[in-house]
Amino acid sequence: METLITILIGVLVTVAVYLLLSRSLIRVILGSAILSHAVHLLLMTMGGLKKGGVPLIGEDNSTFTDALPQALILTAIVISFAVTAFLLVLAYRTYKETGQDNLDALRGFEDE
Amino acid sequence: MNNSIVLPMIIPLITGILLVFFRSHIRLQRIVSVVSIVCTVAISVYILQLIQQEGILRLDFGGWLPPYGILFVADSFSMLLVLTTSIITGILLLYAFASIGVTHEKMFFYPFVFFLITGVNGSFLTGDLFNLFVCFEVMLLASYVLITLGGRKVQLVESIKYISINVLSSWFFLVAIAYLYGTIGTLNMAHLSVRIAEVGQGPLLTVISLIFLIVFSLKAGLLLYFWLPGSYSAPPTVVAALFGALLTKVGVYALFRTFTLIFYHEPGITHKLIGVMAIVTMVFGSVGAIAYQDVRQIVAYNVVIAVGFILVGLAVSTEAGFQGSIYYLVHDMIIKALLYLIAGTMIYLTGKTRIDEMSGLIRNYPLLGWLFFITLLSLAGIPPLSGFIGKVYMGQGTIEAGAFLLLAVAFLSSIFVLYSLLRIFLNSFWGETIINEDDDVPLKKGMLVPCVLLGILTFALGIGVEGIAVYVQDAAETLMNPQIYIEAVLYER
Amino acid sequence: MKINDVILQTVTKIVVFIILTFGVELFLSGHNNPGGGFIGGLVLSSAFVLLYLVYDIETVQKGIPFDFKKIAAIGVLLAVGSGTGSMLFGSEFLTHTFSEFTLPVFGATELGTVVLFEAGVALTVVGVVVTIILSISEDV
Repeated sequence: METLITILIGVLVTVAVYLLLSRSLIRVILGSAILSHAVHLLLMTMGGLKKGGVPLIGEDNSTFTDALPQALILTAIVISFAVTAFLLVLAYRTYKETGQDNLDALRGFEDE
Repeated sequence: MNNSIVLPMIIPLITGILLVFFRSHIRLQRIVSVVSIVCTVAISVYILQLIQQEGILRLDFGGWLPPYGILFVADSFSMLLVLTTSIITGILLLYAFASIGVTHEKMFFYPFVFFLITGVNGSFLTGDLFNLFVCFEVMLLASYVLITLGGRKVQLVESIKYISINVLSSWFFLVAIAYLYGTIGTLNMAHLSVRIAEVGQGPLLTVISLIFLIVFSLKAGLLLYFWLPGSYSAPPTVVAALFGALLTKVGVYALFRTFTLIFYHEPGITHKLIGVMAIVTMVFGSVGAIAYQDVRQIVAYNVVIAVGFILVGLAVSTEAGFQGSIYYLVHDMIIKALLYLIAGTMIYLTGKTRIDEMSGLIRNYPLLGWLFFITLLSLAGIPPLSGFIGKVYMGQGTIEAGAFLLLAVAFLSSIFVLYSLLRIFLNSFWGETIINEDDDVPLKKGMLVPCVLLGILTFALGIGVEGIAVYVQDAAETLMNPQIYIEAVLYER
Repeated sequence: MKINDVILQTVTKIVVFIILTFGVELFLSGHNNPGGGFIGGLVLSSAFVLLYLVYDIETVQKGIPFDFKKIAAIGVLLAVGSGTGSMLFGSEFLTHTFSEFTLPVFGATELGTVVLFEAGVALTVVGVVVTIILSISEDV
């Protein structure tokens, strides 16, 4: 299972890198979002998949999965959610100001 | 347990939140910010004193003992940085009162400054790698807002670069954390150190340490500084000064923490690499500093050189080297804030950014000119000023370790720093004044006072170096012996 | 062209209450079961976003005259405050406690200070999400 997920992470990173390297700003943002999903999966996999029952009170399991990676992922998701939202608003504002979504055309605003 | 060590992070946080409610009451916002920053400074001094008496302090959040819970750890190194951060923020706030403008003040400028400080202080104090990531993100999110606030085109375009590069480095941070957790199974820094000492730092762990090196180098501007000059010249002066003085230093702090506490077993690979990166950073930074005509670019490259210089101490890893780094770190936070403020004031006064378009400023604004001269001497390391002592110890440290190449490059870079700033001084402050009396922009007192305060601070730190020597020695000792830190975190109840 | 969205509006009027109830349910079931402030807050804010989608912004703001930025700030204040409160009682920052109470209607109930923290989280999430959506959609 870990191997499969690792391959999936690889695919996601590939897709994200492709998007990040493109010229369009909105694709870059999508790329960064996919990149963060990949790393969340990586965190999950590194904690070990399906090693025991749900780590909740009231479940009668003798072994529990490690809850720490899940806490880490939740935090990381919230942060990447905030950053992505900020980037989207920023891209929108930039588009309104400059009329451009193309990163190449956005160069050269050194002095207004 | 000592609850006071969470206060340097909690006070700015609560202040930031409260200021959101006072959106349109600008006077109230200013008063509250000053009061809160004074409190933070006072508490930092108190904690620093307490550490000298009781050793390293620790606070387990919610009573969860390490390594299970998250915790704050305050040692002399981190508290010195917290204290400097708070003092500098206070002085920069004074400059902001005079310069930032009502539109910014109504658009939550002060709250985000305080959120930035929350993140910075939190990063210095945390004893847990994932918490370090979270504090980094708090700091970065606040910095994203501050860099875009105002929404000029150049800000928007530069901030896109700044944010993308930081999103990427945060991603690397998470990857490194995931790998580390997968191999070692803990994220508490002291516990990590113990476990790595037990199993040995094999190739796998060294590779992970290199990922951390990439992450923190990106944040600190060590070798991977390409994003820095552009982003730091876009926002208003105060914000640029905050960034230049504080943000890169957090990356530097993280490098010191990880490579003295956790990954110190393979200095042949990691520390040598840091040394090489420091050399390249200083060389390229010097080239950049003398190549540009734009004041903001020159100042930004000076930040880069300083990062390289500070990390020489980590590369040699001797006690004198660490002392040099710590002295220089504190000095650099003060002097870079001053440098940014003066550069920003010059641009405000003349409306120009290139040094060949300004001339004879010292005739119109004598105090500003002499302040710049003091900054220049301090950065070059002339004795009664604060840059001197750091350079002495750094020289001693490199000689002890026999790293003569590092020594040579570090001191040559000082000459380039001197040259690049002398160029500004000769071009813009000396010479015939080209401002005629009608266009003479009056220099606001509120802009000058913070500069003077910072100037006094660099004098005071230079002359009163005995005063902080105790703390710096303690800090360097903790960096040399990770065991002290581990004892305090894991075994004291 | 004016779109006729009578069906959407009518359905929304009912569905919003279902979503809000579900959000509160998720919020309260946290701690020992799946749920909690963050998820609860997200569900609550989805109800508000739905309202904004179906009706225009002015109409909704007339009905819900809150500044959502301030709601987020109140939320963070509540969360941090519940953490610092423990410092006043001499225990570590962020320490939480709970005990059993007998309430008139609910009978024996477990009340904990974590609920305050979670409520802060929920308010923050609601405030932030709605602010984000509003600031993106404001000047289309």
